[in-house]
Amino acid sequence: MENLISIFVNSVFVGNILLAYFLGMCSFLAVSKNLKTSLGLGIAVVFVLTITTPANWLIYRYLLAPGALAWAGLPEVDLSFLKLILFIAVIAGIVQMVEMVIDRYSQALYNALGVFLPLITVNCAVLGASLFMVERQYTFQETVVYGAGAGIGWMLAIVSMATIKMKLRYADVPEGLQGFGINMITTGLMAMAFMLFSGITM
Amino acid sequence: MSTAIVKITRTQTYRTVADALWQNNPISKQVLGICSSLAVTVQMNTAIVMALALTFVVAFSNLVISLMRKIIPRNIRIIVEVAVIATLVIIADEVLKAFMFNISKQLSVFVGLIITNCIVMGRAETCAMSNAPYPAFVDGLANGIGYGSVLVGVSFFRELLGAGKILGFAVVPQAFYDMGYMNMGLMLLAPGAFIVIGLFVWLEHALLKS
Repeated sequence: MENLISIFVNSVFVGNILLAYFLGMCSFLAVSKNLKTSLGLGIAVVFVLTITTPANWLIYRYLLAPGALAWAGLPEVDLSFLKLILFIAVIAGIVQMVEMVIDRYSQALYNALGVFLPLITVNCAVLGASLFMVERQYTFQETVVYGAGAGIGWMLAIVSMATIKMKLRYADVPEGLQGFGINMITTGLMAMAFMLFSGITM
Repeated sequence: MSTAIVKITRTQTYRTVADALWQNNPISKQVLGICSSLAVTVQMNTAIVMALALTFVVAFSNLVISLMRKIIPRNIRIIVEVAVIATLVIIADEVLKAFMFNISKQLSVFVGLIITNCIVMGRAETCAMSNAPYPAFVDGLANGIGYGSVLVGVSFFRELLGAGKILGFAVVPQAFYDMGYMNMGLMLLAPGAFIVIGLFVWLEHALLKS
């Protein structure tokens, strides 16, 4: 249990997928202009990460990892080189399915998240989380916690960025730094703030 | 001599290359794809390998997709493009694992993440789908190099200021350290990359204005 809590805290703060590993920057910079949309996108990312990361874990564990096909009588087969192409296909497939399911059962949720779901397929944070999960050799429970934590960390970062940008409108930024430059430096300062949590040990 | 240069500068290939390397390579545009690889800019050698891997993928994915552009049905083109890109990334990843194992360990998941890099997908979509193979290949090559140059530029400052080294060789003399000079640890951490990029953009705005 402590192990799970520590994975969660680490993936939200110190190992924040956006601020420490630079993943998911495109949508972070493009969509953080207003608070409401960034919250919507954030929730959609949490949702998708929590589903796709464990799904990819199952696929890796039972199809791709060295020796994973032992249940089919093929213990020597190692298909792990296929993980990139299969993970991206799984992510695209699941995002499409999630979109259809919520369209059918919850119109309100679809109206809130619908526009963001196709964007998420190409969000590198989603593929990144699956690849990190393989590299760090998480168990299934750890993977579920890590997927959710990575999503929440990403949401926290984009929501804070949106609010900071609202304040920045009234700031007197040097001319050459306006727009993209100041956004990067703000993100850098945010990354520094998130690193302060590295003192927490469980 | 000068006529030769004029001849070169007038070709379509030259214009494609120059455009991607200079006029159309403001960091703020390329950076869309750069962000996901900022994590490998702590050292110059990983950044250079990453730049080469990306150049390979973007050039050949442009070539392959351009060769197939007439037989790809319009409504499934994204899937075909992703499949081509993913195949090339797997090749690059396996080659790195076979011949540069240590660097491939350091690059970890970031080679795999070339698949979701906006530049590769963007070039396939906007250039390769509507151009003949040769111009598409040159375009991919030039965009890869333009992207790589920013990546290597960032890593130069991070390694120099953060570790006092360039490509692993110590360049800050010991005498400096004796006098009290210290490496800037911040540059080795994630915030350093964001701040360097922000300052790069500032510099670029200043240069382009004058």
